[in-house]
Amino acid sequence: MATGNPIAAFGRGGLNTLSGIGSAGIFLIHAITQIFSRPFRLRRYIQEIEFLGAKSFLIVFVTAIFTGMVLALQGYYTLSGFGAEALLGVAVSQSIIRELGPVLCALMVAGRAGSATAAEIGIMKITDQVPALEMMAIDPIAFIISPKVLAGIISVPILTGFFDLIGIGGGYLVGVNLLGVNEGAFIGNMVSTVTAHDIWGGFLKSVFFGLIIAWVATFKGYTAKATTEGVAAATTSTVVLSSVLILVVDYILTSMLL
Amino acid sequence: MIKVENLYNTFGHIETAKNIYCHFEQKKVTCILGGSGSGKSTLLKQMVGLGKPTSGKIIFDGQDITTLNRKDMYKLRKKMGMLFQGSALFNSLNIYENVAFPLREHTDLSDNVINTIIKIKLEMVGLRGVEHLMPSQLSGGMTKRVGLARAIVMDPKVVFYDEPTSGLDPIAAGVIDKLIKDLNLKLGVTSIVVSHDVDAALKIADKIIILFYGDIIAEGTPEEIRNSDDPKVIQFINGSPDGPIPFKMTDKDFIEDILDEKI
Repeated sequence: MATGNPIAAFGRGGLNTLSGIGSAGIFLIHAITQIFSRPFRLRRYIQEIEFLGAKSFLIVFVTAIFTGMVLALQGYYTLSGFGAEALLGVAVSQSIIRELGPVLCALMVAGRAGSATAAEIGIMKITDQVPALEMMAIDPIAFIISPKVLAGIISVPILTGFFDLIGIGGGYLVGVNLLGVNEGAFIGNMVSTVTAHDIWGGFLKSVFFGLIIAWVATFKGYTAKATTEGVAAATTSTVVLSSVLILVVDYILTSMLL
Repeated sequence: MIKVENLYNTFGHIETAKNIYCHFEQKKVTCILGGSGSGKSTLLKQMVGLGKPTSGKIIFDGQDITTLNRKDMYKLRKKMGMLFQGSALFNSLNIYENVAFPLREHTDLSDNVINTIIKIKLEMVGLRGVEHLMPSQLSGGMTKRVGLARAIVMDPKVVFYDEPTSGLDPIAAGVIDKLIKDLNLKLGVTSIVVSHDVDAALKIADKIIILFYGDIIAEGTPEEIRNSDDPKVIQFINGSPDGPIPFKMTDKDFIEDILDEKI
């Protein structure tokens, strides 16, 4: 057996990784082309957007308001050292719109909806619901996966928009109402520095993050081993892999956008 | 109707089909019997195109399904129905929507027509009146019957049953056996049943195929199987723990094995 040979093991590992990425790519392309093919299952899309988007709102709300509040708190003490409290609105809004909004929102959705999606698909596999669709001559990818992928791409940017608004609101609450920063300075400086480019950048990031969450979760769930351990592993690796990918892609996109 | 020709399949070192030939006649009930790990479930999956054999042909209605692409396979699947071992109902949908599911996906029938069809199919399996319940609220035997109603809702020519009675109590199992026979007699549905329930197979089958570790060891009518003098067949239908089909995994002498320190 060649298992002892480290070079062979390295090569085998590399090949496995490559073929994994390849099949994940084919899987995604299949899912996306099915979004545009008949029959269009509008109800399925609405269901998935409700699950991934609407039901993530509460957790996004809580995360956003506290993120904004703590940013204002930290920013105030740093900025007041330079007598620059007036720039608090700028600091809060820039960090949220460019970075924290898209990233934190995506991480929360990955934790809540990504794991649930992987588990749901894995359990459908264990209980033969996926082959049952095949037997009814329905493409399981078109029926299960495509709506989830589109829901990710649509919901995460909208949630990020809410995150930005609520986060800045939280910053305003702490900065203006609690710490006494001038309201006009907070809003005025923010409005004059935030550009359309910042907002578009954040939006673009959130579209990519939505795609990453949906892609990783559906692929991990769909390729999970049809056992209890298989589903558990798929759920865990969905959260880990999508979180890491979000942070890596965030760096790449930021370096391209700046 | 379905012909399996020279079918060979392996999973790593395990051969689940060793160049087998068999034939499933139209409008007949054929039972594939075999112990766990005999390759019968794999054979069933390959006959419906859910898995590809290593080599060989499976001819369904004149078409070799091992070579079909996705689109043609889906076209052919509309002639097939399948009852899965775990029923495979969608647990997010109620009974009505589960049975209506293939109709809604494949037809443009109005709600009224769908309603009538569902009533007919649920009546056939004796479950009219549970439409609004969720699958989790039904017993194992009842979910199997709903699964059967869903499998026949598109009026397939062939219905495949994967261990239809395993895990059911004797009465529920008897109901399923009766339904399989009824559907075959009343609607002329070709039925292929994978099972290890020898008594049920002897009762409902027109033809029995006994599979043993990838080989067909017997084939014939229930009468022929019952009167077989092949020791393997006799052991199988009587359920004897030891015989030509060995109880032990190894022939090695026990004492020798214990004394032998190299494992």
